[in-house]
Amino acid sequence: MHRLTLFALSTAVLAGFSHVAQAQDKLTVYTYESFTAEWGPGPKVKEAFEATCACEVDFVSVADGVALLNRLRLEGGRTDADIVLGLDTNLTAEAKDSGFFAPHGLSTDAIDIPGGWSDDTFIPFDYGYFAVIYDTDAIENPPTSMHDFLKGREGMIAIQDPRTSTPGLGLMLWIRKIYGDLASEAYEELQKRVLTVTPGWSESYALFTSGEVPMVLSYTTSPAYHMIAEGTDRYQAAEFSEGHYMQIEVAGMTTKGADNPLAAQFLEFMMSPAFQDVIPETNWMLPAAATSEPLDPVFDKMVHPEKSLLFTPEEVAENREAWVEEWLEVMSR
Amino acid sequence: MAALVAALFLVLLAGGAFLPLLLTALPGAGGRLTDALGDPVIWRSLRFTLVQAVLSTGISLLLAVPVAAALHEFRGFPGRNHVLRLFALPLALPQIVAVLAIVGLYGQRGVWSRLAESVGLDFPSIYGLTGILIAHVFFNMPLAVRIALGGMASMPAEYDRLAHQLGMGFAARFRHVLWPFMRPALMSSASLIFMLCVTSFAVVLTLGGGPRATTLEVAIYQALTFDFDVVRAILLALVQVVVTAFAYSLLTRAGGSVSSGFTVGALRPFAVRHTPGGYLAAVLVVSFGVLFVLTPFVLIVWRGLSADLAGLVLQDSVRRAVTTSLLLGTLSAVLAVMLGLAFAAGVTRRAAARRFSGPQTGAERLFGQMSSLILVVPPVVIAAGWFMVIRRFADVYAAAPVMVVTINAAMAVPFAIRLLQPAALSAAERYDRLCRQLGLEGFDRLRLVTWPLLRRAIFLAFAFSLALSLGDLGVITIFGSQDVQTLPYLILQRMGSYRTQDAAGLALLLCVMTMALMMIADRGSEPNRAERTDRS
Repeated sequence: MHRLTLFALSTAVLAGFSHVAQAQDKLTVYTYESFTAEWGPGPKVKEAFEATCACEVDFVSVADGVALLNRLRLEGGRTDADIVLGLDTNLTAEAKDSGFFAPHGLSTDAIDIPGGWSDDTFIPFDYGYFAVIYDTDAIENPPTSMHDFLKGREGMIAIQDPRTSTPGLGLMLWIRKIYGDLASEAYEELQKRVLTVTPGWSESYALFTSGEVPMVLSYTTSPAYHMIAEGTDRYQAAEFSEGHYMQIEVAGMTTKGADNPLAAQFLEFMMSPAFQDVIPETNWMLPAAATSEPLDPVFDKMVHPEKSLLFTPEEVAENREAWVEEWLEVMSR
Repeated sequence: MAALVAALFLVLLAGGAFLPLLLTALPGAGGRLTDALGDPVIWRSLRFTLVQAVLSTGISLLLAVPVAAALHEFRGFPGRNHVLRLFALPLALPQIVAVLAIVGLYGQRGVWSRLAESVGLDFPSIYGLTGILIAHVFFNMPLAVRIALGGMASMPAEYDRLAHQLGMGFAARFRHVLWPFMRPALMSSASLIFMLCVTSFAVVLTLGGGPRATTLEVAIYQALTFDFDVVRAILLALVQVVVTAFAYSLLTRAGGSVSSGFTVGALRPFAVRHTPGGYLAAVLVVSFGVLFVLTPFVLIVWRGLSADLAGLVLQDSVRRAVTTSLLLGTLSAVLAVMLGLAFAAGVTRRAAARRFSGPQTGAERLFGQMSSLILVVPPVVIAAGWFMVIRRFADVYAAAPVMVVTINAAMAVPFAIRLLQPAALSAAERYDRLCRQLGLEGFDRLRLVTWPLLRRAIFLAFAFSLALSLGDLGVITIFGSQDVQTLPYLILQRMGSYRTQDAAGLALLLCVMTMALMMIADRGSEPNRAERTDRS
């Protein structure tokens, strides 16, 4: 009896949490959680787009890119999303196979990323490079190549688990791209350099900034945050001569979104300066198309890899499981 | 009856998650079953899961025994109440916050490590089993102490008097008086701790130093999220539940039960005479325990103070998160206590049927103990399954808070049962017959007998459930509702976007909030003045 009242009460109270937006023109965007945070790109993007369309943008956020695809799978195709924003190219092949996405039918000439872009379903909104970030207070001779880093003895690194984290997967693919079938020997060397492997980026980065470990796997743009938001250049990215592995973040239109004219309009808007201007200093990634003004000079100080490394989405989809297993086998020894 | 409803609730919650997942996964599952079971990685992680869980449980108990005994023996200990409150705090910490604090103390650049190095000692690396054990003992030793103290509290006051009259020393009293009351409580906490350690995730990965240290929970998470291999996820979850259930039944068998006997209850607590040596030993033991549990909090406070606290508190999102956390936490704690009481009532009725003597019946074990197995059903599985169900019939965003409350409450039930059960049992054992003779039942019995006797336990169970719900990251990420952001969620969010300082400040806020709630709950659990004068 009491329990029933409680349930009724809690349901009633909590139903108040949910906003039932019934606007006529509504665009539902699924994205990852740090995109919609108050300091993230979400609020500004929403404002800018709503100014052009007289519509309402509704963000639904989940933990990360992987969770995004998962969400669609759990929904079994009957999704609320018109746009899914935040997958990366390691997931796009599987996302395409799922049949949840519709071709965008837009020209992607505006997209300007290393290696170019052509895909009929997904459009990039930003990109970045993975990098070893080091603490200049603790590391005197930062590594200058992956080889140098793996063989090096100065300081340890915190990395992420490719089974649970996108950057973790990125490092694995990076090594795989450089060493090919010799990757397992490289992992053996890597293992000696690793202090710990965390489930996600946050844990390892927190270990790094708390001084526990002098190196961490992150992005070339990470130092920009510390320079702009904290005014310190203590943390730097190490440039590797073999090149850096890329992460390209994309958005796509769902089959439901194909019926909503706002969806294509949003993707078009995503390639425009109004959207791209927001990216660098909110998402701390590099814009995938022209911005209206040059980026903060701090971004010029970042590492600009001479060579960008990337597997095609199909290669990743085909080999990911086997490669992760190989990584696991060596790293578990 | 009430216990049946409560049991049904838990079964529905777990079963309702598995079923829809199975339905989507079954077509074309066939070969993948053997695939998953033949994977050596799975067996290796299962072995590691069990080894670390057994060790963590063993060490937690081993350390809890002297601390609990010292706290029980010296009830006039200065600051004893603060110690007890402190011991409820670790549960409220999100795993990652605790891990960072522990690393700050024992890690490569940790406070203790540097201290040891400065005097020329070599401090071993904590990455590996060592770090996992430190973290698990930090989370669970205090829990074991609280549960053991709860068990000993059901000891009739006459026993102390009798022991004194017989001239028993501490060793004899411990063996003949304290231990028989402590043992069942310890074993009941052991099963709880074991399950908490089996499902440990962030602690094991981060402090384990690499994929050598992997629990099944990681494999389940991987299967369900990265690979979306639902069959594999369910299979592994079932392996986890079955293996734990087995280990669990061994533990409960070792526990036994205790008859609480008859007490007059009106006697003033009897002051046990202590030797100076005993007092010194107790001070040392308690200080060690407190130091171990307190230092990570000192670090959290220290780091939190360097954040812009005023700025944080003024942020809308932070205020909203505090409100949400409090609201959802309170609701789940209330629900957990109610479910716990229902279970306790069911067990008590069955224990009464066998006149509180002889071995526990199957039904008792099922209600009182096996219900705890809900803890080892991975929350990702529950959340994913229910997400699929709810989507069909209702708005998932509206359902999100209800699911958070429900799942958190279910996860807190095992804690609540352990804190409520001893009190409920001894209340029934002592007063059942009397009540029947006096024809006392219904509300009168609740007011005059049950409430005064169970009040402390209820408040304690409430406080623990609340702490647990406050610290839980919950299932909210699966439901993806913007409107239900709790404080731990915010901590993780800030950490995920370079804002480590903010995260430290929020962690401090969470600690202060939990501590305040503990104090309120403690105050509530004290008998009010009128009652006290009545009794004396």
